[in-house]
Amino acid sequence: MLSDNARAYWKANLRLLVFCLVVWFIVSYGCGILWVEPLNTLKLGGYKLGFWFAQQGAIYAFILLIFFYAIGMRILDRKYGFDEA
Amino acid sequence: MTELQIWTYLIVGLSFALYIGIAIWARAASTGEFYIAGGSVHPIANGMATAADWMSAASFIGMAGLISFNGYGASVFLMGWTGGYVLLALLLAPYLRKFGKFTVPEFIGDRFYSKTARIVGVICLLLASVTYVIGQMKGIGVTFGRFLEIPYEWGLLVGMLIVFFYAVLGGMKGITYTQIAQYVVLILAYTIPAIFISLNLTGHPAPQLGLGMTMTEDSGFGGVYLLDRLDQVVTELGFTEYTSQLLGDSKLNMFMYTLSLMIGTAGLPHVIIRFFTVPKVRDARYSAGWALIFIAVLYTTAPAVGAMARLNLINTLQSGEVGSPEGNLAYAERPQWFKNWEATGLLQFKDKNGDGRIQYYNDQDTAMAAKAESFGWKGNEMEQVDPDIMVLANPEIAGLPNWVIALVVAGGLAAALSTAAGLLLAISSSISHDLLKGIFMPQISEESELKASRIAMAGAILLAGLLGLDPPDFAAETVAIAFGLAASSIFPVLMMGIFSRRMNRAGAIAGMLAGISVTMFYVFQHKGLFFIPGTSFLGALRPNWFFDISPNAFGSVGALVNFFVAFMVARITAPPPHHIQELVEDIRIPRTI
Repeated sequence: MLSDNARAYWKANLRLLVFCLVVWFIVSYGCGILWVEPLNTLKLGGYKLGFWFAQQGAIYAFILLIFFYAIGMRILDRKYGFDEA
Repeated sequence: MTELQIWTYLIVGLSFALYIGIAIWARAASTGEFYIAGGSVHPIANGMATAADWMSAASFIGMAGLISFNGYGASVFLMGWTGGYVLLALLLAPYLRKFGKFTVPEFIGDRFYSKTARIVGVICLLLASVTYVIGQMKGIGVTFGRFLEIPYEWGLLVGMLIVFFYAVLGGMKGITYTQIAQYVVLILAYTIPAIFISLNLTGHPAPQLGLGMTMTEDSGFGGVYLLDRLDQVVTELGFTEYTSQLLGDSKLNMFMYTLSLMIGTAGLPHVIIRFFTVPKVRDARYSAGWALIFIAVLYTTAPAVGAMARLNLINTLQSGEVGSPEGNLAYAERPQWFKNWEATGLLQFKDKNGDGRIQYYNDQDTAMAAKAESFGWKGNEMEQVDPDIMVLANPEIAGLPNWVIALVVAGGLAAALSTAAGLLLAISSSISHDLLKGIFMPQISEESELKASRIAMAGAILLAGLLGLDPPDFAAETVAIAFGLAASSIFPVLMMGIFSRRMNRAGAIAGMLAGISVTMFYVFQHKGLFFIPGTSFLGALRPNWFFDISPNAFGSVGALVNFFVAFMVARITAPPPHHIQELVEDIRIPRTI
């Protein structure tokens, strides 16, 4: 059966996961689609902001998110003693 | 032979020599090397190989054209085909790497303790991958035909021989290292023309920044933002404003379409198996990030290529004020690239009002049609502007040197070859490993399995070539099927296998079948049974769409149905056996104690 340690590790992983997926949703579906009109009233250089999120910003955010998650998991792996050799 | 053809033979020839050299160096000696490159690929190298594996002829040639003509609406493809990597890195890749086997159906079969589940997995994988590979073969044949003027069949044959060489000899090992080389070729080919064009229009070398900058003084619109200028020229001709044009006229459709592409991307087996090749679980997480960096180089450049190509195209055809007779390009003075593409039929002009000039505008727009009549225009005269020419014609439109055009040809071929190889490996390993060893001949020795996997690979190449030789009319439509299947069957079953300990055999199989049926039913009902014209009982018309969702965007609905049915069935049937629950606990932890 699962040890308490493994259970706690999985819970911490799920917390980090949910946080990352919320950000994932906000930068793409939120800023890029749902709230695109209000954001388009703001500008980033020649880009309307909503348009920028949909065609540039969301992609940059996805990259940062994956590395944020990977580094976060590395810390959790070490903390709970599941780090690979 | 023209100078362009000499350059093209030279650059394409050199790139092919490189791929063959790598194939000889990276031969596979065991099934482990053949299926997963021995599990010893560095995460950054795997990221680069994944990027080439993922970016197909469609990404390289087609996407910028889609963006060009759909403006903001095409964000669906940009976000959809990149956001899937977040799902892959967070929800699937590390756990499947920990499971540590060779194929996707193998995980499905083991986790759900069922050969039936494994066979359903193989069927989904084969349908998705075979339809996908036809498009790559077609891309290879067309590219050869257009630029080297050799017949389509010969182009296809050359492509098959190259893939045969490194995929049959090297398996995943050979494919991985050629994909790395192919990534370098394709990314140079994509970014170099984009940098030139961005410099030309805005004076900024980075296309990602140039798109948000003002135009140069030479353009006559110094100080005006490029995107504002683009919005202005397209609306003056009656087209929808570039930066706010929706896809499928509804935001719900865009939402569901993006979601379908994201979960479809995460569920495509040829992408997933790339993450079996890295040494550790944590490498799988980082590797997905590296893959997305390499992909993003192209995907963040594409919006600039699309927008700038549209602006260049309109500036060429509508060189002066809208409505003034001299404002339109005289057909007799059309540039050389126009003639080249007319010859292929991808550009078609018809002088409807007989004035010898080209009128390109949106005659479906009532206000514009009325205005056009007062100018003496008799309808849009550009009867065909194929979006696919945007990338291929771009260097010619911008007047770039011949070696750049030759490089674009090599890049298009690299994109098609690398994706084809990845798909072929997914196909052949599911046949030799899942069907042959997993189900029909479990006692087969490793040596025989390696031989069988090579024969399966050769057979898959032959099949792909034959299908590519005479692509069924519905080839383009079938991409929707590949993504629909991956989204509605493979992604949900993998995710539930990892995140739900309670998910059992009955739930998984019922969920997969329900997800596939709903998606297929919706696609067929609007596009015809197996795409046979005339058999669609609701027609492709929008009023019949369920909540305005287009058939291509329906995979996400199929996925929701899959999750729902699986959980309902799992609730009323027996939980999985104890050793399966332990397997789930084990894959959730990077290191077994």
